[in-house]
Amino acid sequence: MTTETTPPVAEPEFKVRVEVDGSSRPVVVLFWGSSLLWLIIATLAGLISSIKLHSPEFLGGIEWLTFGRIRAVHWDTAIYGFGGLAASGTLLWLQARLCQVRMPYQTLLLVGGVVFNIGLVLGTVGILMGYSTGVETLEFPLWAMPLLVVPYVFIVIANFTMYFTKTTKHTYVSQWYLMAVTVWFPILVLSAEACTNLGAVDGVAQAIANWWYGHNVVGLFATPTAIAAAYYLIPKVIGKPIHSYHLSLLGFWSNAIFYNWAGTHHLTGGPLPAWTITLGVVGSMMMFIPVITIGINHHMTMLGSFHLLRTSPTLRFAVMGSMIYTLSSFQGSLEALRSHQEVTHFTHYTIGHVHFGMYGFFAPLMFAMMYYGMPRLMDQEWSSARLIRIHFWCTLVGMSIYVIAMCYAGIRQGLMMNDPSIPFLNIVRFTVPYLAMRTVGGLILLTGTIAFLINFIRIITPHKYTWATPTLLDTDRDWKKLLAQENAEKRGVQ
Amino acid sequence: MSRTFLLAFGIFLTIASSITGLVIIPNWQFQELKPVVKLDGTRYPEVYFGDQARGRAIYINQGCIYCHTQQVRMKGYGADIRRGWGTRRSVPRDYLVDQPHQLGTMRTGPDLASIGARQPSVEWHALHLYNPQITSPGSVMPRFEYLFREVRGGEMVSSDAIKIPLGRQIGDATHIVPTDRGRALIAYLKRLNQSYPLPEANQ
Repeated sequence: MTTETTPPVAEPEFKVRVEVDGSSRPVVVLFWGSSLLWLIIATLAGLISSIKLHSPEFLGGIEWLTFGRIRAVHWDTAIYGFGGLAASGTLLWLQARLCQVRMPYQTLLLVGGVVFNIGLVLGTVGILMGYSTGVETLEFPLWAMPLLVVPYVFIVIANFTMYFTKTTKHTYVSQWYLMAVTVWFPILVLSAEACTNLGAVDGVAQAIANWWYGHNVVGLFATPTAIAAAYYLIPKVIGKPIHSYHLSLLGFWSNAIFYNWAGTHHLTGGPLPAWTITLGVVGSMMMFIPVITIGINHHMTMLGSFHLLRTSPTLRFAVMGSMIYTLSSFQGSLEALRSHQEVTHFTHYTIGHVHFGMYGFFAPLMFAMMYYGMPRLMDQEWSSARLIRIHFWCTLVGMSIYVIAMCYAGIRQGLMMNDPSIPFLNIVRFTVPYLAMRTVGGLILLTGTIAFLINFIRIITPHKYTWATPTLLDTDRDWKKLLAQENAEKRGVQ
Repeated sequence: MSRTFLLAFGIFLTIASSITGLVIIPNWQFQELKPVVKLDGTRYPEVYFGDQARGRAIYINQGCIYCHTQQVRMKGYGADIRRGWGTRRSVPRDYLVDQPHQLGTMRTGPDLASIGARQPSVEWHALHLYNPQITSPGSVMPRFEYLFREVRGGEMVSSDAIKIPLGRQIGDATHIVPTDRGRALIAYLKRLNQSYPLPEANQ
């Protein structure tokens, strides 16, 4: 993009954009870049866990890598490492862009990003060494937590500063979601830690607090950030306004009110007063309202622009994410029903659902943010269209294999468990081939992530091969080809 | 500005209401729950002490929770009781001394709420933890061989050594002796028992 091609009227606006992106670059690239490294670590930990479940002898005998530890590392690095960093980078950059202000407190945020990464390393090593707290999703030892919480406070401060100094008149729908995340997440983490690891609440009340948190960390942190990204990216790429302002208002508030209450369905059938579970089921059912509203808003905006999916990397990932948001949320709401939980509660079905949401909805929207944001932040285009295509298809195919295998195996597993005439070990043996299929799915996902990482490393390293136009998916643009061509020319000259 | 305040306040209210409804109120409801005193004067549930407490910490740091639950669902909802995982459903009082809770949400392996009643033998637990294939062929549970010391053929066998069944030996180990950690974990597993008939479990 050059100033000549920009219409003169838009020039002041363009200058603002250059200013915003320039000031955001170090912070956002640090957050997004490290989030990808954590995604690789989380995927490797997931793969090791997955292989161990069909071949228990794999890396057996090493206490650090026993299933119960590497499995905890997988989820915590995925949600805090990849999720936390990718979402925070997205939050900061989107807010700066939508407020049209320079990124404030850059040094503080950079230090925060580094400290957050150190906290993640300590937490991960802590779990591997056996210092897990034993509370699901809050496994990081308490001594690692301040390193994760304090940087997040910096992010909250930066977010509010940008919002209160914004130069735009309007507040866009994405900004509501970003505000919500910054209010919710610190309250969520601090109260959950207090109720579980700090012992303010014990016994089964602690289990409720645990799952109130476990469900909300996805629903009040990952989900709103990804929805904010979808609301920003889809209209941006296709150049049309969002379908309905009123629907987005309804979608936001119903999501805010109902998601909060949904967590207790993770304890259906458990030793708790029935009313706590009922609240969770009702909350989950009510989630149909925001999910349908947000779905209509995203998909109706896309209507008539589907041909752009052939060319735009951003749009492809964003639309994949927003479509799977609808599907996985429907699945999740139905899953909360008591009759459904009777079969699927303690099975691989739940694991399938989590990955449908995290890798089908959240991750693609974060990838879409990076595909859209990085060329603008780095002032340099993606080096290879093929690597983007590999990343997209690996994400879609790997995730589908994973989710279908786990959901199918989970339903069968649940039905068999509810038939006491089937010996338990027969059920275990039945699931083994599907657990192996999951490893295949995981390997495909890892391949895609590596392709993305290569492209990401190339875009942050200065190189002389730049293009004036965006890297679209229907081109065979490749950095290496240019390099080979140049070398051939050189040889020709000699 | 007032609109921003309204937005932030509304967002705060949504989370404050769910903390109150799902965390504070249930916790307050459970405040009156106390252990029961059994006929022989002991309490149920009794606090974990000694090996049991150390064993519970090992259960937690090995991540057993990711494959095992400790909760029996009521009769007619699933087949927990018919599978023999418990004699009654689990109730809040069963967990009074559990910190942190280990209810679990996954049954890659069977429920352990009453594993102490189902498998009272130290030998069974030791062999199962050392190599699950000995007691449960086809299991996908990891081997916790590092919780045991292997005794090889020819070495002196101590009194607490457990013989590995013939044909199930790996290498030249003939016996295993639980380490301190192994003994503690077995003590904890043997303690897990929800068979005491709490009155509220029949309601």
